Amino acid sequence: MSENTRSATPMSRQIAEHHSLLDRTLALPRPILVMLSVLLVGFAMSQIAIGYLVISGQLDGKWYDIRDLGNAMISLDGVIQNSEMDSRIASTLAYLIPTLAGATGIVSIVGGWLLIGPWVERRLIAKFQIRQGPNRTGPFGLLQTLADALKLMQKEIIIPSGADRFLYFVPPVAVFIPAILGWAPIPWSPKMSYADLDVGVLFVIAISSLGVLAVFMAGWASNNHYSLLGAMRTIAMMISYEIPISVSLLAVVLLTGSTKLSEIVLWQSEHGVWLVMLIPFAALAFLFASTAEINRTPNDIGEAESEIVAGFYTEYSGMKAGLFMGVELANAILVGALMSTFFLGGYTMFGLETWIPGYLILATKIGLVYFLFVWIRATLPRFRLDQLMGFAWKFLIPVSIALMFLTAIESSILVRWDVPNFLSLGLIGLVNITSAAGLTFVWLRVLFRDTDLSTPPAPILTREMGGLQAAKVLRG
Amino acid sequence: MTTSTEPYILNIGPQHPSTHGVFRLRVVMDGEKIKDLDMIVGYLHRSMEKLAEERTFTQNIPFTDRADYLAAMTGNLGLAIAVERLAGVEVPERAEYLRVIFSELQRIASHAMANGTLISDAGAWQTPLLYMFREREKILDLFEMTCGARLTTNYMRIGGVAFDPPVEFWPALQELVDELPDRIDEYHELLVSNEVFLARTRGVGVISPEDAINASLTGPALRGSGIPWDLRKADPYSVYDRMEFDVVVGRSGDVYDRFMVRMSELYQSVKIIKQAMSQIPAGAHKTDIPLALRPDEGEIYSRIESPRGEIGFFLVSDGGPSPYRFHIRAPSLINLSLLHELGRDAALSDAIVTLGSLDIVVGEIDR
Repeated sequence: MSENTRSATPMSRQIAEHHSLLDRTLALPRPILVMLSVLLVGFAMSQIAIGYLVISGQLDGKWYDIRDLGNAMISLDGVIQNSEMDSRIASTLAYLIPTLAGATGIVSIVGGWLLIGPWVERRLIAKFQIRQGPNRTGPFGLLQTLADALKLMQKEIIIPSGADRFLYFVPPVAVFIPAILGWAPIPWSPKMSYADLDVGVLFVIAISSLGVLAVFMAGWASNNHYSLLGAMRTIAMMISYEIPISVSLLAVVLLTGSTKLSEIVLWQSEHGVWLVMLIPFAALAFLFASTAEINRTPNDIGEAESEIVAGFYTEYSGMKAGLFMGVELANAILVGALMSTFFLGGYTMFGLETWIPGYLILATKIGLVYFLFVWIRATLPRFRLDQLMGFAWKFLIPVSIALMFLTAIESSILVRWDVPNFLSLGLIGLVNITSAAGLTFVWLRVLFRDTDLSTPPAPILTREMGGLQAAKVLRG
Repeated sequence: MTTSTEPYILNIGPQHPSTHGVFRLRVVMDGEKIKDLDMIVGYLHRSMEKLAEERTFTQNIPFTDRADYLAAMTGNLGLAIAVERLAGVEVPERAEYLRVIFSELQRIASHAMANGTLISDAGAWQTPLLYMFREREKILDLFEMTCGARLTTNYMRIGGVAFDPPVEFWPALQELVDELPDRIDEYHELLVSNEVFLARTRGVGVISPEDAINASLTGPALRGSGIPWDLRKADPYSVYDRMEFDVVVGRSGDVYDRFMVRMSELYQSVKIIKQAMSQIPAGAHKTDIPLALRPDEGEIYSRIESPRGEIGFFLVSDGGPSPYRFHIRAPSLINLSLLHELGRDAALSDAIVTLGSLDIVVGEIDR
């Protein structure tokens, strides 16, 4: 094609002139390439040195063992206890320092994600939608979120007339409480967990239902019918989907015999198996129900843009709306962390955690689950409210409960005969997968016995024009 | 235990993501169910029909761009054909073929937009819409290449078309026509068997054939209900009688059928463009007409098939250079009239999808 016919749109030009990161790196001047390769070699050497240290066991338990940041805290604790301070001050310090450090860590994970998350999500979705995404503000568009946040903060906060002022101001902050509290029991490494509660699973279930309150407040206080509709939809959905979440976590507890999150992870690492392989239906139910809990497509009916504008936060403007959008992202990685801990082996990776810090493994798994969420969001339309409710009550809950009973029988066999070995676990996995598939098949057949589930036939092609008579002839 | 509910009023629009412009639905809701709805139009009224009475016939062509702004070419063509029939202007052969090519390209662009927004209304966060835009962009590039504009093309003239396409146009068109069927196949794979999409659209917003005729629906909304009626075949204009193509007819009249009719019409449009490309003769692209065309006293109603249905122009001439009366029969307005029945007792989500499947353009409704 000649120069004149070159595509006129900026978008298609960008696509045509786009080069991958690898291409651009290889096109760099030779000295810089040499420097880069020297750096690469140095990095490899340092990795080999670290590998030697790890094998020789010189690192284990030392404060500088960054594979587990808990080690540093424990040795700090030791230093404080052994110092010549007053014992009361020492114990207070020994309590306060790890607490504050852990809290700071969690808040900075969530806060840092709020800075980078929107960019990641928008770029990923842009790739799914054959476009570029934000790439103008700062390197690779990384400062886009910062710019957006600054813009949102400058905006006027408009309080709708007739709004309940107190209830209107609380929710944007209150929605963050569960999004941050939920991180507490998650183990990042063997000694690295903010609060390794004995009732971790119960804590998670309790915390996850807190979010409803803020949504309800927002919807009620806004004095807007869209907000009210969104809030009612979200509440109805959250209450329905609490049950499949609880039931699938019960299956986890039955198999592992503990409600402590670190022990659930340890059980998976000891048996060399991820729970998603043993109880796949529970894992899928948890994943699907979680998308409903945190309002993501295909279950984002609480803030269905095409129907009720922005759902429960329609009346919020400026940074308040920004906070609601941000909490959705924060919740997404929290669910990713829970999903990884319960079903994907947490911070362990079949022995790889000896080499790579456990928290990095967990972060990778969170990233993968999050990617799945983005993928679903970019691909699927949304369900209708009654379809979602029907799916929860008619399908997920009965099938999960039936499979939970099966898991209970299996776990009692495991405990009684004391044979949790590779063979028996493989057998359990096989039984569970086949029974889940069979039960799903049968139950869907029963549920949809009156519905035509086949792919609809293609439209009719004709060359004869006419009215009602011709229509009757065509349909036969 | 009985619960008592209280209906409340919800204003959907005039600024709402899925009203496709500034259009307002005043809905009386009971929970999630719609009890009653009023359609309030007029937010985009620009008094086109009155203004047109002060302008010459040629000067009125840009108005038709801005009426149905997603299908400017067919709007242009409708007016041009009406005036030609009124004044008895002959159109060169080449111009007729160019008209067919451009209105079919416009049909593809418009149907892509309609189906993309329909899936977005169903909640698919714009991915299908942007995929559809991929082809639409190329078509709009072709428009820009030929007449300098992408949306408000102002391309058809009384007695022909404004410009002959440049030489680069034909290879670019050939490339587009060659790749289009593959791309449409891709959409079929992605969308047609998507369970969520099927669950949201099948059996929703069903229009029976009788209702469709009584409400005088036209276009894909009518054909979705099973009535084989397409003006390109039923009342051929331009050179459509020389083209081989099929009219696509749905089976049950639901949202899914209207979607599928548009989807399958893309293939037929590609087929028509291919034939027109192979048959197009050389020659003039326009007959010369007087600057201020003065048709004889009389009136005419002339209709063509726009992507949204029958777009008709009713012109009355008093022998002067401008029309005495200028009226557009806007398919969007008439197709919309059935929403009152369709929306009643439907869930809010279903009403939104139904509205999307009717494929309205507010510029055309308000004029």
